[in-house]
Amino acid sequence: MQMNEHKPLIVAFCCNWCSYAGADLAGNNRLNYPAEVKIIRVPCSCRVNPMFILRAFQRGADGVIICGCHPGDCHYTSGNYYTRRRMAMLFSMLDYLGIEKERTRVEWVSAAEGAKFAATMNDFVATVTALGENKRLEDLRCKK
Amino acid sequence: MQRIGVFVCWCGSNIAGTVDVHAVAEALKLEPGVVFSTDYQYMCSQAGQNIIKEAIAEHKLTGIVVCSCSPRMHEATFRKTAAAAGLNPYMVEIANIREQCSWVHKDMPIGTEKAIILGKAAIAKVNLNAPLTPGESPVTKRALVIGGGIAGIQTALDIADAGFPVDIVEKKPTIGGKMAQLDKTFPTLDCAACILTPKMVDVAQHDKIRIFSYSEVTEVKGFVGNFDVKIKKHARYVKEDVCTGCGDCVSKCPMKKVPNEFNLGMDNRHAIYIPFAQAVPKVATIDPNACNMIKNGKCGLCAKVCTAGAIDYTQKDEFIEEKYGAIVVATGYNHISMDKFDEFAYNQSKDVITSLEFERLTNAAGPTAGKLLRPSDGVHPHTIVFVQCVGSRCDACAEKGKEYCSKICCMYTAKHAMLTRDKYPDTDVYVFYIDVRTPGKNFDEFYRRAVEEYGVHYIKGMVGKVVPEGNKLKVQASDLLSNKQLHIDADLVVLAAAIEPDKSARPLATMLTASMDTNDFFTEAHPKLRPVESPTAGVFLSGACQGPKDIPETVSQAGAAASKVIGLLAKDKLTGNPCIAHSDEMMCNGCSSCERVCPYGAITYVDKEFRMPDRTTAIRRVASVNPAVCQGCGACTVACPSGAMDLKGFATSQIIAEVDAICK
Repeated sequence: MQMNEHKPLIVAFCCNWCSYAGADLAGNNRLNYPAEVKIIRVPCSCRVNPMFILRAFQRGADGVIICGCHPGDCHYTSGNYYTRRRMAMLFSMLDYLGIEKERTRVEWVSAAEGAKFAATMNDFVATVTALGENKRLEDLRCKK
Repeated sequence: MQRIGVFVCWCGSNIAGTVDVHAVAEALKLEPGVVFSTDYQYMCSQAGQNIIKEAIAEHKLTGIVVCSCSPRMHEATFRKTAAAAGLNPYMVEIANIREQCSWVHKDMPIGTEKAIILGKAAIAKVNLNAPLTPGESPVTKRALVIGGGIAGIQTALDIADAGFPVDIVEKKPTIGGKMAQLDKTFPTLDCAACILTPKMVDVAQHDKIRIFSYSEVTEVKGFVGNFDVKIKKHARYVKEDVCTGCGDCVSKCPMKKVPNEFNLGMDNRHAIYIPFAQAVPKVATIDPNACNMIKNGKCGLCAKVCTAGAIDYTQKDEFIEEKYGAIVVATGYNHISMDKFDEFAYNQSKDVITSLEFERLTNAAGPTAGKLLRPSDGVHPHTIVFVQCVGSRCDACAEKGKEYCSKICCMYTAKHAMLTRDKYPDTDVYVFYIDVRTPGKNFDEFYRRAVEEYGVHYIKGMVGKVVPEGNKLKVQASDLLSNKQLHIDADLVVLAAAIEPDKSARPLATMLTASMDTNDFFTEAHPKLRPVESPTAGVFLSGACQGPKDIPETVSQAGAAASKVIGLLAKDKLTGNPCIAHSDEMMCNGCSSCERVCPYGAITYVDKEFRMPDRTTAIRRVASVNPAVCQGCGACTVACPSGAMDLKGFATSQIIAEVDAICK
């Protein structure tokens, strides 16, 4: 990586039961991924309101990733199904608004998949870095 | 405005190695609301907790942020600390700067910068925290154990001995599980039946234990302390409470050619059968796929000979609904299928068998009455080849076998080899291995006895191919230590097949919302500190459903699971999770969106009288959340179009504050 390369800002929403635990496991196993990823813990991926994602882009995030339990394994039985549908809708709308589909992602990471978590984050950061800075929804009034 | 204290933990060098903890504490001091900030070597230690308690008192803190390890690790610890100092425990937020920062980043400036941002997010969140009080729910003082093998039996006995009623659900007609099929057990060579069957009898006679054999769990609802479980009792066409287990029906049954599952198909049973002599419950079962009377209405011999009148061809599956406070999963393991391992000719030759089949062959109650005879021709084998790691530790062929070590095979193969040489000294015994793994009390001594005293030929290397030729099995193998190709004419080949979780475990995990790993073993709440609890409250793990285990380990884990269950059932009331949904009635328009997405049916609608701005009153339909039923997933909060629904502890405003802090 070059020193002057743009460092993207990535917000990751992780469900408490699978993906947050998967992120912890990645830490336990010392699997590195870029520090650009900042994790916000939510009880379930279905707690992620589309508003949070819009807010992140508005405040200058370059990519948003939502991680939840694998379909069928949701701690709350059906939460990740809602996530899947809501985000499919939201991401296609964001794409229409000019926020490329590659900047948003939903990924299923179980509590046992520390390696998958790290690999996913490495891949996502690389993808977003390649796309460069996101300015589409950024509200410049927020940047004083 | 809150008065916030920030406590940055070094975790020895775990955090301080990659994060400049002083710089983090200094930077966070400047955040809005922060009135105190410090760092300490081990915040979770007694001294560290005292620092927090003293700061709460001295600086009149209303909220605290601990920058430390994962909240999954020590959130509960620090909440207790806060509570002890008189602060509401839900005014504590954790910034995870170990697992999600110092351990995954190597560079000090980068780690420090990220730790500061994570700390700022936690401060932004705690600024909007409100004190929460958990509700209480009663505990149903009854436990359910799913699986009646040695794990389930031991757990049930330990719980029942503490005075709580236990139900065992076993899908087979008898309890006993895999251990009942074994001959001897390593490393002491106790006879499996001699140590298991008394426990099975104890279970049957215990006044606190009910056995639902030939039954399955079909539905689980509810939560810790209050599970509603539906159990399907398969029709066995025999009245369980009337049958005396005399076996007259079995001997008269004309359908004699049904493969006997208990002997792994190596001999036959009747259509009506009792799996083995010490079965519990000792009750006959009719196999509806084999019985002529049930299939065509012709026969009825068993009903004629049954003097007790226990046979009932019209019996139907029965459903039982029961409430439980705790559920123990003890679904055990199975051997993987040998279908994908054609190189060992398992499907071509009857004389290539799995270790469990070997176990039945040497068992006095087995198909050969304990004599070691070849399944194909009944002749005593003179050369036996044991192949270890068949499907275990398969890295390259992951779709064929398993990546993990099955743990028990080294020891049982040593046992098989030793016992064979002991009973039949004229037999040549070869064992092919990748490594011999013998960690356990008296395990290595046992293996060395097999080699040194009993003259078993241990050869490091794998068997490449087994070719049946005439009445011999041509074994081609490599000896890695002397770098030679070996050809052995064997009479019997025994495969130490990898073990995998029972097939019933996956659907059960979905029902229980308990998590599993990629191999379908149940995940424990913490691999070291909470090894017998599932992350789902009220669900406990016993035996090989959690990972490959031998009998001593299974029994100790079963006891540990039982003690956790007893600890839960001994409570009269449980404090619930206060992070649940609530609706702002002024904003709710009663549209039912939230009700439709709630997986628990926790939301109902009530008509409420409201005073309107013009001083009139109006009756409006608004959502009402049942706090005892809501589990706090937050699905409703996103579905709500008017923004009336919110989640305590993870409020919309709080998460947005976190997003803002991260994106600043």
